[in-house]
Order: sequence, then structure tokens, then C-alpha cells
Amino acid sequence: MSDLLAARSQMAMSLAFHILFAVAGMAMPLLMVLAEWRHRRTGDPAALELAKRWAKGTAILFAVGAVSGTVLSFELGLLWPEFMRHAGPLVGMPFSLEGFAFFLEAIFLGLYLYGWDRLSAPVHLACGVGVAVCGLTSAVFVTSVNAWMNEPAGFDIDPATGELVNIRPWEAMFNDAFFGQALHMSIAAYVAVSVAVLGIHAWVLRRDGDSPLHRTAFRLALIVLMISAPAQILSGDHSAKHLAEAQPTKLAAAEALFETQTHAPLAIGGIVDEQSGELRGAVELPSMLSWIAFGDADAEVEGLDAVPRELWPPINVVHLSFDLMVGCGFAILALAGLGGLLWLDHRVRGRAPPWARKSYLHLAILATPLGLIALEAGWFVTEVGRQPWIIRGFMKTSEAVSPMPHLAVPFLSFTLLYLFLGVAVVILLKNHVFATRTKPVVEREGEVSP
Amino acid sequence: MSELLVFALLGVAVTVYALTAGADFGGGVWDLLASGPRREAQRELIAEAIAPIWEVNHIWMIFVVVVLFTVFPIAFAVVLTALHIPLLLVLVGIVLRGSAFVFRAYGLQPDEARARWGRVFAWASTITPVFLGMTFAALSSGHIHVNLETEEITSGFFAGWLGGLALATGLFALVLFALLAAVYLAREAEQRAQPELSADFRKRALICEALAFVLALLVLWRAYVESPTLFSGLLEVPWSIPAQLATAAAAGAAIFALVRGHVAAARVAVMIQVALIVLGWGLAMDGHLLLPNLHVADAGAEPAVLAALPAVLLGGTVVFAPALWWLFRVFRKLD
Repeated sequence: MSDLLAARSQMAMSLAFHILFAVAGMAMPLLMVLAEWRHRRTGDPAALELAKRWAKGTAILFAVGAVSGTVLSFELGLLWPEFMRHAGPLVGMPFSLEGFAFFLEAIFLGLYLYGWDRLSAPVHLACGVGVAVCGLTSAVFVTSVNAWMNEPAGFDIDPATGELVNIRPWEAMFNDAFFGQALHMSIAAYVAVSVAVLGIHAWVLRRDGDSPLHRTAFRLALIVLMISAPAQILSGDHSAKHLAEAQPTKLAAAEALFETQTHAPLAIGGIVDEQSGELRGAVELPSMLSWIAFGDADAEVEGLDAVPRELWPPINVVHLSFDLMVGCGFAILALAGLGGLLWLDHRVRGRAPPWARKSYLHLAILATPLGLIALEAGWFVTEVGRQPWIIRGFMKTSEAVSPMPHLAVPFLSFTLLYLFLGVAVVILLKNHVFATRTKPVVEREGEVSP
Repeated sequence: MSELLVFALLGVAVTVYALTAGADFGGGVWDLLASGPRREAQRELIAEAIAPIWEVNHIWMIFVVVVLFTVFPIAFAVVLTALHIPLLLVLVGIVLRGSAFVFRAYGLQPDEARARWGRVFAWASTITPVFLGMTFAALSSGHIHVNLETEEITSGFFAGWLGGLALATGLFALVLFALLAAVYLAREAEQRAQPELSADFRKRALICEALAFVLALLVLWRAYVESPTLFSGLLEVPWSIPAQLATAAAAGAAIFALVRGHVAAARVAVMIQVALIVLGWGLAMDGHLLLPNLHVADAGAEPAVLAALPAVLLGGTVVFAPALWWLFRVFRKLD
């Protein structure tokens, strides 16, 4: 394994791990606040128990997110010192603001988790809202950094030395990719987490359909999902249109479009032979890509032939990740839509609600990982799709890597460490989900242990 | 904002990190060393004391990292390359410490499993400060050589952090963190009307003061042998003797207050003592991020960043400082 590959693998693995906890830290507080709010409004004791249980889950996920995020902030320099040497001042503003948002998030979370008896009810709830808002804000800031790598701005190039000069930090922060990417990333967090939560509680409801706690959990997750899933499709459409203009190579790789053409087809699936530049076994919808990218079937979509071959990203990875993301997105949309219809049917005609229908519960269980898969696949599209660049058009990833030898060693060590933590988190969360509500926590510790 | 002002800001952040997050690590040390008839009570007090605040305290480290790469990107690239190995060790410790702490607190699991996570938390809390101290010592060792023209490191990946100075500094950091934790915990126990528990930690704090004295001399001796620049910074420039004397006075006051049972006063004295030690070190660095030759003026600061920084810091602090004060107030960390 070359050091460059090891560094890329370590960064990818660290991000892939961190992002799961980061989105949980964004969306779980929202669910937890909704549950507490429901309790305040209706006096439902199950909602209070749920808020407390979700808060504990949030605490675990947030802590692992915080420490893995710390690792990332160091890895920027440990693995990519040349990148940070030049990009540091340009990405520093959003990182600093993210730091403050993160500070506040941790403060509000501390108050929320340990302040049940120390704060008045409205103040406590407000602290929960604070956690949710700050979590969202810090995600928005940190996504700005990645957006800058995709569409760098806020500097000039010194023609003599090739250095980035005349740094304008605010312009860098509000780069052209910022809005669309931050929007897509933020909504992704709510979709991925709510569909996972829905599936987990569906699993319990399948056997214990009368549990008020799990019903409330299922309903709240479904509400968040019904709002976020369609919003994410719209935001994805916006991103595709933006990519067509601003990062055409990434879109071409995502669609495995080799030739620049009008009436470009939308290719679903298939395997690319990069040597011959052919896509085999794909389902092609004629003119659809032109229509999606520009709202016009006659529009010309730039293909991979517009850039030299050595500047192509790995096409198969990007194309299949893109299809996986979009596929999961539409499956989730269908799940959310069906859930909404069944719920409406329940309200209007008194039929069984979605949480009491075995078939819908089964669908929700099957869908549990789809949001998280779409999230990871989406990151593959944006990150692998930018290769070979680390700062698109200005610095290649290979130029940024640390001179440190044997980078495979930290890669393997951190992979094992994260694997271990991942397993531990899953076991602990399982204990929380399956803890039965009727007994106090102390009594049931023994019986739920693995 | 000038480069030296940012250097001072980094110094303040490192000091706050030591006084808050450092004490959280120290809590883990006392979890590991919990003993006597009140062993479980000690562990419980530690867990309850740090639970609501450790994550906030930890973020000071991220703050330091972010300011470093935003303002001094050359120094960031150099330091993280030259000290790759000890920093990885610090990170493993940070990950294990934080995760194990919440896993123990929230796991809904049998006692053996909780005890296992407790041991991971305690060991990681004990080892991490040593590596952290070694990393900081490396910055002052004078053994990391950088060619400022090419920004290349010519001293390899083991320079600075493996010698006697580094080890002595690592142990010194560990003892100071344990000292802070001991006085904070003695005060928390006092507030909860648990005088015996408070006495346990008072005794531990006194032991730490003795150890800190020995280690301070050890660090000075190793600095004399290994890093003349650091040594002269610590002792031989005009302000250094007053700074060292003030540290000694704070330590003396802390010991006096501890012996007399004035825990609240001892807490303040120890905080001043540790802050003065960090300050003394910062003054000895004299505007350098890496001795002997990487000064903040050569660390790649961009004028536009220096210009924008005050607005960001001010805006952030206006929201953050009252929130932080409120958090510490609610959990009675200021009483």
C-alpha cells in the first residue's frame, strides 16, 4: 500500500466513521426536543421517557462524534500538511465559526443531559433546541470547507511562484458550492437519522405493537422523514443543476458520460470500461440527463472528453456511488410517501395507522440503513468525484500528502480502533432500544445485558 | 491583530485547556488510583463532577488547532509532520478516554462491563497527558530542525519528543493535571458535605504538590542539558525570575491552604500556579512556535486573516462566554 493510498484510505475511513456520528449529533437532538415538547403539550409520560432515552443515545453518539472529529482536525495536518499549509488561512474562517458552534452545542448538551432537575421546564427545552440549532450550524460551517475544495475561491495565484496569494477569507467561505452543498448535507442528516430511527422502532413495534414509547418514537421519526425526504430530492435536483454548470467533470463521472452531447441520456447502473470509455449494462433514459441538468432536453451536457484522461476521477466508483445515493433517496421518498398516505387513511377513514400495519413496519425495517448508505455514497460522489484534485484545479491530492513513511500503520490502527468503537456503540444503543419501559432502569440492567 | 497577539491568544487557550480539560484527565488518574474505604465514592464523585463539562473543556484543544492552522499554516504543517507519531498517540488516548467515559455512563450494562469501560477511561486519562506533555516539550526542545526556505524538516520524525526533557515534561503535565483534579474534587466533596471524601483528595493534592516540585526541578535540569534556548528563556532573562518566584509563591500558598483545610482557597492557588507555569513556558518560547527558529513572524500569517480574526473571535465570544459561565454556574463549578 503506497503512503498516498494509505493517507487517502485513512482520511476516507475517518470521515466515513465521523459522519455517521456527526449526523446523529445533528438530527437526534431534534427528535429528542420533539419528544420532550410532545410531553409538555400532552403530558404523555411515554414521550418524556422517550426524550430521556433519546437524550442518552444522543450523548453516546455525540461523544464519539466529538472525539472522532478531533481526530479529523488533526488528520488534516498529519496526513495533508501541504494542503493545510496553503488552504489553512482560506478554510480557517468556517472552521473557527464551527468551533464556536461546537462549543455552544456541547454547553447546551451538558445542560440538557444533566439539567433535568436543575433547570425549569421551558429553559431545559430551550437548551435542547440550542443543541439542535448549534449542531446544524456547525455542520453548515464545516461543509463550507468541503465546498471550497470543490469550488475554490477567495485568492489569486502568484504567476511566478504558483502560491495562493491575496487571500480573502470571507469570499472563500461563501464560495459558489457552499449553499447547495450545505443544504444537501444538512437535510441528509435529518433523512438518514429519521429513517434509521423509524426502522429501529419499527423492529420493536413488530413484536410489541402496543408500546406507547415506540409508537411515539415511530410517529415523530415519520413526521421528520415526511418533511425531509421530499426536501432532499429537491435539494438534490438543485445540486445536479449546479454541478452541471460548475463541476461538469464530477457530473460526467457520476453519470459515466464520456462524450459531450445534447440529449444526454441518464444512465442507471452498468459497469464502466475506462480503457475503451464505454458503459456496459446500463439502463439509459434518453435525454433525461440534459433535462435534469439544464431543464431542457436539447441542452448540451459536458462529458469526460472535455478534460484530459489523467484528470478523470475513478469513474466506476463515482457512478455507482451516485446511483446508490439516488436509488436510496427515492426508496426513502417512497417509504415516506406511503407512510404519509397510510397515516392520512387512518385519520380520514379510520383504517389502521402505519405503525400498526405489519407490512409497513417490515418496509421500514428494510429501509433502516438506506439513509446512512445514501449519506456515505453521497460523500463518495463529492470526494472521489473531485479526484485527482484536493483543491479542484489548483492542487492535486498527491501533492498534499505527508512525507511521513509507513502511513499504512496509522491507517490500520485507526481502522481497528473505530471498528471496536463502532461495535461497542451498536451494542450500547441496542441496550437502550430494547430496554422495556415499564421497569426502572436499575432493575433491568441485568436482563438486557448481552 | 498582530502575530504576537495571536501567540498570546494561543497561550490563553492552552492555559484554559490545562485548567479545565487537564483536570478532567486528572479525574481519570484518580479513578485509576482510587483506593481506601471510599474507593467507589471517589469514583462516583469524579464521574459526576466531569460529566456535564468534559466535552466543552475538550473543545479548547480543537480551538487551538484551528487557530494554529488558520493563522500559522506553516507552523501547523511543520509541527504536525514532525510530531506525527506522538500526536497519533495523543489522539488514540483522546478517543478512548472520551468514548469509554460515555460508554460507562450510559451503557445500561452489567457492572463488570461498566468496570471494564472505567478501566479504559482511567488508563487513557493517565497516559494521554504524558504524550501531550512530550509533544509540547518537543516544541521547546530545539531538536526539530526546519529549513525555513523550503519549509522542510531535516530532523526526522523522532526528534524532540523522545528525550529526557520530553519524558520529564510529560510526567510534569500528568502531575499538574492530577493536582488540579484533586483540588477541584476536594472542593466538590466539600460542597456535598462529604468531609472525609474531601480529605482524601486534599491528601492527594498535597502529594501532587511534592511531586510537582521534584518534577519541576527535573524539567529544569533536562532543559539545561538538552535545550539551552529553553533553559535561558526559563531562567536567564529579566522577567523570568519573577515569574518563577510567583509560581513558587502560588504553590506555597496552595500547600498552606491545603494543610489548613481551606479547600476553596487552595483551588484558586493551584489554578494560579498551573497558569503561571504555562505562562512561564510561553514567555520562554518568546514568540516561537518551535524553538529555535520558527517564530510567529515566519509562520505564514496572512494579513487578511489577521484582520478578520478579531471580528470572528469577538462575535463568537459574545455568545460563547456567557453560555460557558452559565454552564459552570448551573453545575456549581464556580462556587
